Amino acid sequence: MKQDKLVIGGHEFESRFILGSGKYNVELIDAAVKHAGAQMITLALRRANSEGEGNILDYIPEGVTLLPNTSGARNAEEAVRIARLAREIGCGDFVKVEVIRDSKYLLPDNSETIKATEILAKEGFIVMPYMYPDLNVARDLVNVGASAVMPLAAPIGSNKGLVTKEFIKILIEEIDLPVIVDAGIGRPSQACEVMEMGAAAVMANTAIATAGDIVAMAGAFKSAIEAGRSAYLSGLGRVLSSGSAASSPLTGFLQE
Amino acid sequence: MAKINGEEVTNAAGKTIMEYLTEAGYDSRRVAIERNGSIIPKKSYEEVIITEADTIEIVSFVGGG
Repeated sequence: MKQDKLVIGGHEFESRFILGSGKYNVELIDAAVKHAGAQMITLALRRANSEGEGNILDYIPEGVTLLPNTSGARNAEEAVRIARLAREIGCGDFVKVEVIRDSKYLLPDNSETIKATEILAKEGFIVMPYMYPDLNVARDLVNVGASAVMPLAAPIGSNKGLVTKEFIKILIEEIDLPVIVDAGIGRPSQACEVMEMGAAAVMANTAIATAGDIVAMAGAFKSAIEAGRSAYLSGLGRVLSSGSAASSPLTGFLQE
Repeated sequence: MAKINGEEVTNAAGKTIMEYLTEAGYDSRRVAIERNGSIIPKKSYEEVIITEADTIEIVSFVGGG
């Protein structure tokens, strides 16, 4: 069987689970990454603390691709500034563009996201924009050089699941780049469902960080994402519009 | 007085970036630095000298989604 790989900006990944690193103890990162089987992990950029606590980079297993986000950016200019600083730390060219100026629902500003994506793609970044699932915007992101699109399933951190399902489905059908569902996925079953639909990958943070057992939940998501991917590649069985279809032979009954 | 990460810092001016980072306890491999809006490349940390008028941001990665 042909190897099933996720390709983003020319880089190949076997895992289709992008793990977030927010809101849990850095000391759990190594175990969470391993249980998740994740090859990519998101990070945020903030003012550095001197001394004291260890740096998060010391807890991330070797070989895992870092995906810095531009959280905190309220417009394209701030996103570009954060992305450039993140790249300067020297951990690769990937960036998850995230531009948010709505502090209540944390919804992405799609038009500023397009602007930031265009600038950063031209500077050689591998840009993965977080977006509200709008087909026109996704097409614009493709045209300005995005390497994937990351539509939200529900508001960040809500664990509400596939609220935008129908619109994500449209993106999967129409956009040739990897469609990576980000934000709002709360349970493994929802991650599985979106993979069955043909999403290229799932990104999850809060669902793991707020679970009773963080490391075990990372493993549960891994299994769900793999199951959904296999189901998608297998081609789901058909659904009858009405009636039934026997699974056992309709001949040779004992009473005949 | 030089302003570093939003705070006025008295003992920074006159030092190189690398000297300041080391004294203040930052790991120079794990940070990026912006001075008056421009990024200072890592290779220049030994040469760039902080002045009283500088506004400097020292950033690093933290957990995030």
